[in-house]
Amino acid sequence: MIKFTMYLGGLLFGFGLAVAGATRPEIVLSFLQLQDYGLLLVIGGALVVSLIVFQGIPRALKKPPYGEYFDGHDGFPVTRQSIIGAVIFGVGWGFSGLCPATSLAAIGTGNWPILYGILGMFLGTLLYGRIRSTVEESESEGK
Amino acid sequence: MLENLFPIGADHYIVGGVLVGLGIAIPFVLTGTVAGVSTFFTAAWSYVCPGSFFQTNWYRISRGWRWFLTAGLISGGALYLLWSGSVEVTQIEWWRLLIGGMFVGIGARMSGGCTSGHGICGLAALEKVSLVATVTFLAVAIGVAHLTALII
Repeated sequence: MIKFTMYLGGLLFGFGLAVAGATRPEIVLSFLQLQDYGLLLVIGGALVVSLIVFQGIPRALKKPPYGEYFDGHDGFPVTRQSIIGAVIFGVGWGFSGLCPATSLAAIGTGNWPILYGILGMFLGTLLYGRIRSTVEESESEGK
Repeated sequence: MLENLFPIGADHYIVGGVLVGLGIAIPFVLTGTVAGVSTFFTAAWSYVCPGSFFQTNWYRISRGWRWFLTAGLISGGALYLLWSGSVEVTQIEWWRLLIGGMFVGIGARMSGGCTSGHGICGLAALEKVSLVATVTFLAVAIGVAHLTALII
């Protein structure tokens, strides 16, 4: 069931991004260059719906119909790593106008050069995962 | 005033945003799962990379459904293509997309989320780290986009 709901959710998610034009990096960059504030309406619209659902549904239902519990507030701490990561993410987003969801949906719209961006995301996550693995494994050997 | 803020109109942005919100709401309401997008990339590498970071339980447990979320996103774009009947191909240089994508991949994994994971889901779950991350990447991206427009 989770696979089906994820596909259905992704379908609406990707269609919505394409309707908004967020699958086109030019539109994202026009927002980041403060020429068109439309992307704030996209994030704002999505946020209002998610906020109502994330805060309301777990109070109304004890548990989801096809799951054990609702993912809730994790309370992840604000770390130096999370801030440096956000800076690196912002550099990439501002340089290319791409983020993960908009890039995947863009492929479906036929915006084929975005495949270069997807390739970059695969390479970036490979590089980061390899560095983190090396650090973790050398730390556990040192113990 | 509104024409200055939204020179190509505002309605399609609002409709698109609400659809994105519904797309996030459906799996949450039915299964309780939050659909962050960027984790897909590391989860896909977990099939072939033996490193300890890739083999974290978090990636191994969720990697099955992440393919479906990704397939759904691509299908959603394709549905729009069928509906609109026109293809918009970006004019942005391939190397900008490649380099930008690399930074996006590294940054999202390091900070624990992307525009959807932190900027929508994390904020909706009232996570403090998501507020800090969203404000940070938004401010940096606005600066970098201005700089890039000046140079390139």
